[in-house]
Amino acid sequence: MASMAQAIRLALHYAEENLGVTDVFGEDVGPPLGGVFTATQGLKTAWNSPLDERGIIGCAIGLALAGQRPVAEIQFCDYIFNTIDLLKLAGNTNWSSNGDWNVPMVVRTPVGSGIRGSLYHSHSFDATMTHIPGWKIVMPSTPIDAYGLLLSACQDPNPVMVLEPKALLRMKGEELIPGEPGDDRVLSKMIDAPLGDRSQWKPQWPDVQPYTVPIGKAKRVREGRDLTVVSYGRTLPLSVKAAQALEGEGISAEVIDLRSLWPYDWEMIRESVRKTGRVLYLNEDTEVTNFGEHLVRRTVEDAFYDLLAPPRLLAGKFVPGIGLADPLEMASVPQLPDVTEAMRALAREQP
Amino acid sequence: MTETASRRGRPTLVKEPLPLDRQLLVRMHDLMVESRVLEERLIQMYRQGHGYFWIGGPGEEAFNVPLGLLMKKGQGPAHDYLHAHYRQSGTLMALGEDPIGALRQMKSAASDPYSGGRNFAGHFSKREWNIVPVSSPIEVQYAMAPGTAMAQKRHGGDGITIVTGGDAGTAEGDFATCLVWSSRPGNELPILIVVTQNQWGISTAAATQQGCKSIADRGKAFGMPTRTIDGNDPVASYVELQKAMAHVRKERKPFLLEANVSRLYGHSSASGANLVAGESDCIADFEARLEAHGVMTRAEMDQVRTRWTEEIAAKARQVRDEPLPEPSSIWKHVYAEDR
Repeated sequence: MASMAQAIRLALHYAEENLGVTDVFGEDVGPPLGGVFTATQGLKTAWNSPLDERGIIGCAIGLALAGQRPVAEIQFCDYIFNTIDLLKLAGNTNWSSNGDWNVPMVVRTPVGSGIRGSLYHSHSFDATMTHIPGWKIVMPSTPIDAYGLLLSACQDPNPVMVLEPKALLRMKGEELIPGEPGDDRVLSKMIDAPLGDRSQWKPQWPDVQPYTVPIGKAKRVREGRDLTVVSYGRTLPLSVKAAQALEGEGISAEVIDLRSLWPYDWEMIRESVRKTGRVLYLNEDTEVTNFGEHLVRRTVEDAFYDLLAPPRLLAGKFVPGIGLADPLEMASVPQLPDVTEAMRALAREQP
Repeated sequence: MTETASRRGRPTLVKEPLPLDRQLLVRMHDLMVESRVLEERLIQMYRQGHGYFWIGGPGEEAFNVPLGLLMKKGQGPAHDYLHAHYRQSGTLMALGEDPIGALRQMKSAASDPYSGGRNFAGHFSKREWNIVPVSSPIEVQYAMAPGTAMAQKRHGGDGITIVTGGDAGTAEGDFATCLVWSSRPGNELPILIVVTQNQWGISTAAATQQGCKSIADRGKAFGMPTRTIDGNDPVASYVELQKAMAHVRKERKPFLLEANVSRLYGHSSASGANLVAGESDCIADFEARLEAHGVMTRAEMDQVRTRWTEEIAAKARQVRDEPLPEPSSIWKHVYAEDR
């Protein structure tokens, strides 16, 4: 099965061949590197930009305004913060022009911890991004969803932010992307750039097929009775593992992969909370004014009388960065034992 | 107007003719006056409580009008894109825009054609003519402009991107972004980078903040042709813009143009919007020349001003009773599909 990085590459290949994507660009996105996570290797419209994030977002807006379909990359979301007013601009242009100018652009950026990235390669961006209206925001946790969400993003008439959990970029999926060869080694030989001299290399693209994940639709990853976990990105697979472990203790956890942060699938959350009466929101961005806090507020307001326990949020600690040393990173963002314990405690919580 | 201006028997005081033909001079004058009268009406609307805030471009007409006249107007990459700032009513009037739109925006009326009552005065937007929405940050247009220029280079033809901003805003990194992205080796972009130099950032004198001798010089490091011009002279502005635009259209490469202009009514209504002493008034100067060259008489020029004053006052009266946007309209156009 394709890794998430390969799935992104396949999606962008499909999009430049079939969906009118004109530019896949950013720092080190074009040859020879094809992206620091290899996600843009071999793409025909990929090109290297100056080392200038504001230039990248600004250029993407301009390209989109002039009828192109850009997919811009910010190499790490840690470096997207100096573009925030341009992100606001992309998000408000359709509104400020009263519907005259729309901005069909996609921005991809790797987010989160998990690669020993210390202060500036471990940031999350979901809490900040969900403060910027006018964008659609997605965050896949599997290769197939990365593929399907990117195909949706590349057809959307609005700016779409694709947050790529960097801890999962090299993880292989459990479902084949339509058209993907069944053998990983075959796929790798076809689309992974060789080490060393790549100047003569050309990918052999598999005949991947259209497959879209609609923006705004969550996925129930696991059914359960006793509590609901709503997560996305790196922490999603942790919640699945924790749910499996807790099964042995007689705790049945339902897991929802939100996938789209804005708009998001409130209906699925609401329905699940009605059933379980207990909900844990789980992500790794810092916990103060965290997106999960919004979900907690909405749960309290809309689902209060179905609740058997207070809705909970497990998120990153509100500290200025993620330290490099193992104990520091482990203490800063939710890890499997934290997730398991939070789920266990919530399932057993009594008034 | 052209007929009256060319009537016989008028004494010609200056022999050397202006380098533009009479019809064009008369048209430029008309548009400059239209724009000035419009701005003065907007200020008056602010004073009378028919708008919350005024910002605009009185004092920049001599540059902005020729710019609009020389633009290749239309939609899409075959035509020119304008990434304007908020002092460019003159450019819009020269493109043929009805001044009532600016009045409606001042009033925050639902009928405001640029933002539906959402944005400040002078924040034009018109997709039909490639006028990218003006936004209040004074630098972001410099970051966006390379994108439209890139699409135009790819498209072929002679459409160019024009980006304008004030001198104070060039301290922002986005101006450097524009210089870098416009001049990537082998990927140079058809972009006319304009800086209107009025010597001020709100209350702060330019000379106290930027040490470069001229902003235009910054283009030289990137190998692009540069020029500093008298933006208070509509004839020089027209001629220099024509040359700069011809270069960009043909070579498909950037050009940095700095135009010295006046800021006649200060930064905005926040600083009073009063006529500032000591700034040269491009219309008064131009009118003196037109008269000296026998292009127009004082009476004819006064007539132009009277006509625009009456016409724009009538439009302002019309706008005064137009409804504000509905509260529920805040949800419209958050996304392109929310129509």
